[in-house]
Amino acid sequence: MTLWWIGNAVLLLVILPVVVYLLHGVLKAVKGIAPSVQGISSVAAAGSKDLDAAPLLLTTQDQVEQTVAGLADYGSSLDVILDDAEEGRR
Amino acid sequence: MTVLAVAAPGVVMVLAVLLIVVALVYFLVSTILELRRITGGLDDVLAAVGEIVSKSAPVNGVVTAINSQLDAGVDLLEGMLVKKAGLSDAVGLVDGMYPGAAAAGLRRFPESTEVVAPRISEVYTRGTLTLARLGREAPIAAASPGDGVLRNVEGGSLAARKLYPDVRHTTPAKLPGSPAIGAGAPVQYEQRDDVGAPRKRLPARNP
Repeated sequence: MTLWWIGNAVLLLVILPVVVYLLHGVLKAVKGIAPSVQGISSVAAAGSKDLDAAPLLLTTQDQVEQTVAGLADYGSSLDVILDDAEEGRR
Repeated sequence: MTVLAVAAPGVVMVLAVLLIVVALVYFLVSTILELRRITGGLDDVLAAVGEIVSKSAPVNGVVTAINSQLDAGVDLLEGMLVKKAGLSDAVGLVDGMYPGAAAAGLRRFPESTEVVAPRISEVYTRGTLTLARLGREAPIAAASPGDGVLRNVEGGSLAARKLYPDVRHTTPAKLPGSPAIGAGAPVQYEQRDDVGAPRKRLPARNP
């Protein structure tokens, strides 16, 4: 009988607090994850929105192509108009 | 009495186990709810990250293509400059436009880093230098003294401008403007009546 009481006391005074403490720690850690996930979610959404202008790179690429093509045309004309450095020194 | 004495510890134990079970249920249910919230948040993150991946997928190729095209443009310009002006003058020209750039040299011509930039880059303004390069026989090079710079490249360009005939650069400070003509001109002149009319015949001279 005495051992039974001792067992009950251990159950109430040791086992129950330990269980509550451990579960409380788990719950606290899990609750700490949720705001971080929300923050990551908002940052990822903002990052995705920032990349909305990425397709404009195709326009930039076209314009660079046209610019370089114009540069090549201009250069070829200059090549015809101006003497080369070696020819000029002859 | 004996029954009560025996049953009391059992009741206490049942209560204790019940308390433990209640605590387990409370905390585990709370944890499950939080984990569900986290799962929902991670789903949002996954969707946004998927968007980022899909949107940024072509960026690498496009930027690489743009860089290669710009490289081709730079190579073209450098090649043209060196071909037309020669490596030494090209370095001088670049250094004249961007002081200190001669140290970096031209990308396609690694040996350009060893070229000492001609002093013209220290003497002339950009416009003068461009004119001098375009007309390779320009007398401006002959007017340049052998030592010492004519002007501080970071200062005014008066010294370089003095090398040219005195038309607009020193005096007068402002030349009179060109006259305005046409219907909107401030001074209107009446049209002469005889303009466009048949020529007057002079009376015949009597002999």
